[in-house]
Amino acid sequence: MADGESPDLLPRYQPAERVTHWLLVVLFVFAGASGLALFHPALFWLSGLLGGGPWSVVLHPFVGLAMCVAFFMLARGLWQHNRLEPRDRAWLRGIRDVLDKREDRLPEVGRYNAGQKVLFFVLVGCLAVLVGSGLVIWRVYFSGYFPIGLIRLSALLHAFAAFLLVLAVIVHIAAALWVKGSVGAMTRGTVTLGWAFKHHRAWFREMIRSTTGR
Amino acid sequence: MALQSLDIRRRSATTMPAPAVRAAATTEVAKLIDTSKCIGCKACQTACMEWNDLRDDIGTTSGIYDNPRDLTDRSWTVMRFSEYENPKGDLEWLIRKDGCMHCADPGCLKACPAPGAIVQYANGIVDFHEENCIGCGYCVTGCPFDVPRISKRDHKAYKCNLCSDRVAVGLEPACVKACPTGSITFGTKEQMQRDAADRVVDLKSRGFENAGLYDPPGVGGTHVMYVLHHADQPALYSGLPARPVVSPLVRLWKGATKPLALGVLAFAALAGLLNYVRVGPNETDADDESAARREKERTNG
Repeated sequence: MADGESPDLLPRYQPAERVTHWLLVVLFVFAGASGLALFHPALFWLSGLLGGGPWSVVLHPFVGLAMCVAFFMLARGLWQHNRLEPRDRAWLRGIRDVLDKREDRLPEVGRYNAGQKVLFFVLVGCLAVLVGSGLVIWRVYFSGYFPIGLIRLSALLHAFAAFLLVLAVIVHIAAALWVKGSVGAMTRGTVTLGWAFKHHRAWFREMIRSTTGR
Repeated sequence: MALQSLDIRRRSATTMPAPAVRAAATTEVAKLIDTSKCIGCKACQTACMEWNDLRDDIGTTSGIYDNPRDLTDRSWTVMRFSEYENPKGDLEWLIRKDGCMHCADPGCLKACPAPGAIVQYANGIVDFHEENCIGCGYCVTGCPFDVPRISKRDHKAYKCNLCSDRVAVGLEPACVKACPTGSITFGTKEQMQRDAADRVVDLKSRGFENAGLYDPPGVGGTHVMYVLHHADQPALYSGLPARPVVSPLVRLWKGATKPLALGVLAFAALAGLLNYVRVGPNETDADDESAARREKERTNG
């Protein structure tokens, strides 16, 4: 494995995880653009990305389903690292320090910080709601089987879950671009020792023990 | 914009106001269907087929008079027959010509995400422009009367357009033209309301004390109205809703939610950018690297 070769780097994401993540990104862009196009008239131009309004309607559900499959493939492996712990509460309370780059005032962070964990479960919840409500409002194949009241509720829930999802992804992207070295973790698979030490110290300690101890 | 009767008052998925200068002077039209005069001959269905060049699939008999059984993409109006045993023990045959009601506050138009796929003319007619339709079915979700149908062939939405092409050149809708009993009439909305009021007085004098006009205010009134002998129980007429409204779920989905959600998303993106430039990028410096290396060596050693 190439990732562990340099003594100053720690492996964070395996090739399969990186491929799945970026596949997820592409699918999210297409599903998100076509969905937003139908959500607000001011964004209808985004339907052009998938080849116009009718093509957006045809493709959006398939792209969305593929996105969910990719997400849950990725999420299955990350689930165990995202379990919330008592120290996460203190991290969330110190959110101002996070935004002010005062990480020294925050409790030690494991593989993921509390913000990332909350984001993870928001994504899980949103995608579950999106799949369920999306099937109900999938007009060509499924809507005929459901009562109109459920279709109306699903349309509203679908829009709400999608809004939360896009909001979560905006936070995710902003954080990834802000914390230098994060994008490299998802493109090269590795982070520097200092990055892990600064942002995820508990994980850093775990890693140096497990890579050097045996 | 050549024809005044084609002036557009509202257009789906359009946030700017429609051209309004000529709208005020335009008379609103309405079709009045007097259920008490209807004999169920289906001339209106045939006329609709002929004028609009629609040929639905041949169905199968289901033991009742309704034929076809329901509205479809190619049957824009159907007569619905119901047998009602009144409290006196007499049988009443209540026949209602079903189809688009042309709501003043149309749920289909509110729900539609495709710019210009649904328009409401200044005369009140709600028309689908199938060339702009994207086939999402949101109009079905928005309609309180279960009228729009998505075609299985081209995945576009279809419904009665009140013969907007005929009305535009001063003709009445095809179903009105064909009706042999004068059950269906067409004119200005005020005139139809006046005619209905006269007919209601007449019906009351003949023993139908609950006769009345069906012009439901929940959807702002409609441009297709019924005279009902039992206006207190519209549901008798094959489930005509008593108090139709655009569902609150649809109002929320296509109302306040839209600008609010978009605003929050824009704010989140902007806040991310501004915090980035406020505190600068969150970088790992040489101190972090050397501290990390020292700790790693300590653990190793």
